Amino acid sequence: MAALSSPLRICRGILKELRYLKGPEYKGTMMYSYVMEQLRKNQVTSERHCRAQKEAVHASHTYLCLLESTRRHLELHNQYHGKGERPPEEVARLVGLRLPTQPGGKGWEE
Amino acid sequence: MLQSLCKFHRRFAGALLPFAARPLALEALSSSAHVQRANYGSATAERRKFYQDVSISQGEGGLFEINLDRRKLKTPGGKLFTVPNEALAIAVATEWDAQKDTLKFYTMHLTTLCNTALDNPTQRNKEQMISAALKFLETDTICYRVEDPPGLVELQKNEWDPVMDWIEKRYNVVIGSSSSIMGPQIPEETKETFRQHLSSYNLWSLTGLEYVISQLKSLILSFGLIDRHLTVEHAVLLSRLEEEYQIQRWGNVEWAHDYDMYELRSRTAAGALFVHLSSESSTVKKKLLQD
Repeated sequence: MAALSSPLRICRGILKELRYLKGPEYKGTMMYSYVMEQLRKNQVTSERHCRAQKEAVHASHTYLCLLESTRRHLELHNQYHGKGERPPEEVARLVGLRLPTQPGGKGWEE
Repeated sequence: MLQSLCKFHRRFAGALLPFAARPLALEALSSSAHVQRANYGSATAERRKFYQDVSISQGEGGLFEINLDRRKLKTPGGKLFTVPNEALAIAVATEWDAQKDTLKFYTMHLTTLCNTALDNPTQRNKEQMISAALKFLETDTICYRVEDPPGLVELQKNEWDPVMDWIEKRYNVVIGSSSSIMGPQIPEETKETFRQHLSSYNLWSLTGLEYVISQLKSLILSFGLIDRHLTVEHAVLLSRLEEEYQIQRWGNVEWAHDYDMYELRSRTAAGALFVHLSSESSTVKKKLLQD
């Protein structure tokens, strides 16, 4: 299994994603208070092989993955799929080509 | 380009609508006068955001509700939207809170899963859901091996065998793998063991588990994830092993490969989290009582 990162790093990751979602006022969200509360609680009871803590770490890692992947997926969606049909020039540009141009226009422009 | 766009649209439309209703419903989608019950658009159509504040409250029977401004959130079936514990309620509320100008339901996986569990649109009972989940074992991704090219054979052996060994030990069953098109012969006892294990889940967890299984196309990888043997990233990697191999060889295309991977990751993560949160309402309560 890929090693899970430390609880603190996961928490920081989740907070970072929250900031992406909510901007500067992310500290006022319910999720912010919940994450901080959980972090504090699990620190108090932490033991070397505490099963509950392992579960909490796995769950928070999963949540981080959910937030991060959803954000990345949405970015790619907006960039490539969210706009419907593309004009031929843009499609050509996507694959690194350019449409031929006619010096002096094609004759039918006004 | 065009082909891939069409494929994308087809796939989304197919996921949304039952087969029989598809042509008719597509017509309805394209007409602008399409009205949805309980304020949900279809998952691809986007709806304007109609609220500012999102909060949660604890209602009757200790169930948590979501409030959008002062209105209570409902399911597409018209039921009151309720979840069994605070963690899930906060996660769902965060999804609604994160929407900007339009509601993008295709990014709100936890909400979608709760709706499915509440409305149970397919009207199935627990036994039927367990049978549906077990059916994936017969065609499990990691049971089917290739004989060629040698690089992929090696990769499948190195990556999939450890998970196979883990599940065979963990549940004390025999599964095995095969390179024949018929797959391995899976003994009845194995299925019976998994059937018994699955029946210990409640309806909500089963909804999530079935979702994870159908995303990863593998019962074995799903159990690995739910039993916390694998992380989401690793489970998704193993599920897409052949694709990853081809990417290594032919190159990565962001708008197809990465797009699919992130979508699969977010869906799988949502499903796994949903299973954990909805099967652990008792432990969460205990924690709340401690202080």
